[in-house]
Formats: sequence, C-alpha cells, structure tokens
Amino acid sequence: MTMQTENEVALDELRHLISERAITGETMLLNMGPQHPSTHGVLRLLLELDGEVVVNCIPDIGFLHTGIEKNMEAKTYEKAAVMTDRLDYLNTIGNNLAYCLAIEKLADLDVPPRAQAIRVLLTELQRISSHLVWLGTHALDLAAMSVFLYCFREREMLLDIHEMVSGQRMMTTYFRPGGLWRDVPVEFEDAVRHFLRIFPERIDEYESLLTKNPIFMERTRKIGVLSGEEALRWGLTGPPLRASGVAHDLRKARPYSGYEQYDFDVPIHTDGDTYARYVVRIEEMHQSLRIVQQALDTLPYGPVRSSNRKFVPPPRAELGTSMEAVIHHFKLWTEGFDLPKGAVYMPVESPRGELGVYLESDGGPKPYRVHWRTPSFVNLQALPLLAKGHLVADLVALIGTIDVVLGDVDR
Amino acid sequence: MEENLQPAAAALAERFSAQVREFRGDTTLTLASESIVAACRALRDEYGFDMLSDETAVDYWPQQEPRFHVVYQVRSIQNNLLLSLRVPVSGMNPSVPTIEGIYPNANWHERELWDMFGIRFEGHSDMRRILMPYDWEGHPLRKDFPLGYEEVAFTFNAEEIDQTKPYARE
Repeated sequence: MTMQTENEVALDELRHLISERAITGETMLLNMGPQHPSTHGVLRLLLELDGEVVVNCIPDIGFLHTGIEKNMEAKTYEKAAVMTDRLDYLNTIGNNLAYCLAIEKLADLDVPPRAQAIRVLLTELQRISSHLVWLGTHALDLAAMSVFLYCFREREMLLDIHEMVSGQRMMTTYFRPGGLWRDVPVEFEDAVRHFLRIFPERIDEYESLLTKNPIFMERTRKIGVLSGEEALRWGLTGPPLRASGVAHDLRKARPYSGYEQYDFDVPIHTDGDTYARYVVRIEEMHQSLRIVQQALDTLPYGPVRSSNRKFVPPPRAELGTSMEAVIHHFKLWTEGFDLPKGAVYMPVESPRGELGVYLESDGGPKPYRVHWRTPSFVNLQALPLLAKGHLVADLVALIGTIDVVLGDVDR
Repeated sequence: MEENLQPAAAALAERFSAQVREFRGDTTLTLASESIVAACRALRDEYGFDMLSDETAVDYWPQQEPRFHVVYQVRSIQNNLLLSLRVPVSGMNPSVPTIEGIYPNANWHERELWDMFGIRFEGHSDMRRILMPYDWEGHPLRKDFPLGYEEVAFTFNAEEIDQTKPYARE
C-alpha cells in the first residue's frame, strides 16, 4: 500500500458519515462552499454524490463563529445588547426584542404599552424585510433574477424606516431593557402608512412572477418533502414547521409583548415541500401587514421607557433638578444594573422560527451565561435529511428554503 | 406553575427523585445524569413533549461542584407546554448520556456543548467539534478559558503571529 494521502487522513474523522462506496471511489466527495454564492453565507457542505444525486450531505459550520456568547459574559447587560444585532443580521430588531424580553422577565420589569406596540410594529416590519431577502435570494438561486431586484427595492423602504427611528439601517439596537432607546419621530407614521399602502400590491407582483411560474413550480414542488412528525423530531420551527402542517407560532401559543391584542392568522400548508414553505412565507408577509396596520391604528400615547430607575436611566431633563436622577444616571452608566440571581428561557418567534434566549444571572451587573437558541442552527441540521436523494441543483433550492442566516447559525 | 404542566412535573419528580423549582413562570426539574434519558423518554411518550427546543450548559467554576449544569428545554406543541430540565455534571471528566435517540436534533446541540464546554455525551453518534476549528485547544465557554485577544496581523508582524498558532508547533 502507498502512504495515506492528506485527504484520506482528513476523511478518517468522517468515515462514519459517508458510505462505503465513497471509500472505494464509486461515489464522489465534493466540497460545496464555504465560498459559494448560493450557500447564503459561509456554509460548507461536504457532499457525497452518485453522479448528480446527493447520497450524503455533511454540513460544516463555524466559519462565522464570533464568540458572542462568551463576549456577552464580559459586558454589562446594556452594552451586551449591541452584540445581539450581529447574530441574525436580517432580524436585528427581533434579536433585540428577545434579549430585552429575557432581561425584563428576569428583572420582572414593566414595559409601557406604547413601547410594546412599537416593538411589535417594528418586529413585524423586520419580519417582512427578512422574508424579502429570503424571497429575493431564493428566487435568485432558482434563476429568477428580477424578483431579487424587486424585493430589495421594497426592503430599502424598510431599512429607511429603521434609519429614521434609530439612525442605523441594520444594526439598530433600538430596543433597550425596559423600553425603547427613544420615541419614534413624527414622520414615522407617514412612512409606515405609505409602506402599508403600496406593499400588498408589491406582494402580488412577486407572486405574479413566481406562484404560477412553471419553472419555479418545477424546481420547488415535491422537493425536500418533510412530514409534520419529522419536522417535530428534528426540532424545526417557523415556516418549515408550519409548511408541514403543524400550526405552531409562539406569537399565538405564548404571546409576548402584547401580541395577544392583535388579530392575525397563522398560515399553514400541508405539503411540506419547498413550494409549501414559499406559500407560507408569502402569506406570513400579508399577516405581518395586518399586525402592523392594527398596531399603528391603536398606537397608544405615553412614555416609551419604564419608570423603574433601577434599570432605566432617567431622562436628561431630570438631571438638572433631581439628585436621585444624577445618582441613578451615574450608577447605570458606570456599573450597569444588577439582575436578581436566577435563570430564564425566553423564546420568541423570529422570521426563521423559535429564537430563544437562555439568560442566567449571578446577581451581578453582567450576564453569567447567555445562550442563544437560534432557529437557523436547529433548522440547518435537517438539511441532510431534506437533501438525500435530490440533485445538486435542488440542494441549492433546499438551502434557500430553510432560510439560514450563517451569523445566526455560528453566533 | 401552569396547570397542565403539574401532572408531568409531579410524576417525573417522584419517579426520578428530581427537585422542582419555579422561577418567573419557568418550571425546572433538576435530576441526576443517569436518569436524563429515561426522563426524556417518559416526557416524549407519556406526556406529549414532542420537541427538544434547546440544550445548553452553564459552567459554575470555581464556586460550585458539580461544576457544570446541562440545561434542556423540552416543549409540547400539542399541549403548549415548556419544561426545563437541569442535570448537574462533575468537572472531572464530564460526561452525560446522549438524548440523541429520543430527540435527534440533540445531535448538534451536544456537539456544541462538547466543543464549548468539553462535556462528552456517551453514545453520541458524531462527537466532533462543531463551531471551533478541529485543531482548537480548550473549550471556550468554560469560565477558566480567558476571553483572549488576538493581535491584528499586518505585513510586518504576520509571521510572528503565525508562530503563536497551534499549527506552528507541529
């Protein structure tokens, strides 16, 4: 025997994941990614191929690992909030929300109704913008280029709204423990109303390009079929679960931030294939619009930050007249606030599924442990299951249909 | 405690002599690592907890022994319940039986725990690192692992920095 080549040594570790035929050379091992345009980031897949058919698919993740969980342990609660945006960079506001809700749950902190309503409103707009990126890139992967351009046109309007309220297009950190950074500006309402007015037509426009498009249907129907039981076994949440016929949405099941006040439906589909997931997400955009409309129409007036000075700094105006305000201001911006000892798990519904924050405090001003249960991480795990037996070209559709954000997978 | 959670929590507490703790509306059962597989099986088959939502760990070094707690969040979609399980694990050669056989998605969660905390899962089908490079030394989320700092590589110091990497020693 000749000496083992470097490749064979590297394969030793993966022997149990590939079939015997790969060793004899009957099937081919092919690397896809990490630099591949349709892996939506830096995802590497090791594929075992029989001709063009995927026999095994081994995802390799961690290329975007930024150690956010570790870093958060070294920051105060308020400062760590900035890092939450960087996890799932298409759902920045939703990450802020999950983090703030976890702190508020642990601290038993109240949030004023106006802040809650604005939170819901912006989170739903973010859901639409995340779905737009998904729709655009998914269609682009399936060679429908114009949809991509249309989707990003509308997403730009949403990013403008982000900029209007927070000064930042993507990494907003607009939600803070106990409320919001500040109230929305006056032009906010008009901008959202304008979006609400034009967007339903735009969804129809996307649908006219895809829903009955024979090429799109050919590429997505019966591709990556997942039954409801399997989806549950693999812990899938969000649109992939709902497209398999399980009507589970945390906004309905365990409402947070006042979602119980709004009237909306949870769209489901029973086919469980890539097309079904497309239909579910399109319908979700309509439902999000309904929520935004209601939240805007019933937006209460009042403060947007909790009045609990132990957690939320006093307004600037009070500093000139109140000694307590100065002390609170100083303490909160030097030490931060202490949270009671204990641990909570706070799940919310992100555009991709269940986004859970496990937050543990030792009674000090820094989190003792923060863990992010990110939907992309769990959903991506089902990719090999979906991909087996499909063509490589379909694999591209499957990566798109799970809607992974690699920042969310690797954290 | 949520009303519907009561029977499952009480029954499990008795069967596996687990402690029940409630905090901010979350119910947590603390049980021994030997009974975690049986407990998960009972939860899935008898009480309808059909999904493992999350699995993570916390390191209490140096103030506590057992050093680690592995924390599971199991969810019942049909009954809309969420229950958290905690398993204390000693710091000496930490290992816990895998629950991959009951909830397949524990696979990646447990790989992450091995990678980040160095907790081994007995019977796991694929105990490799998942996020860190395969030749990484140490387990970053342990409390005795320093947060660290890496100097930015420029042309003038790139070689010097390269010398400090694990692969340079080979």
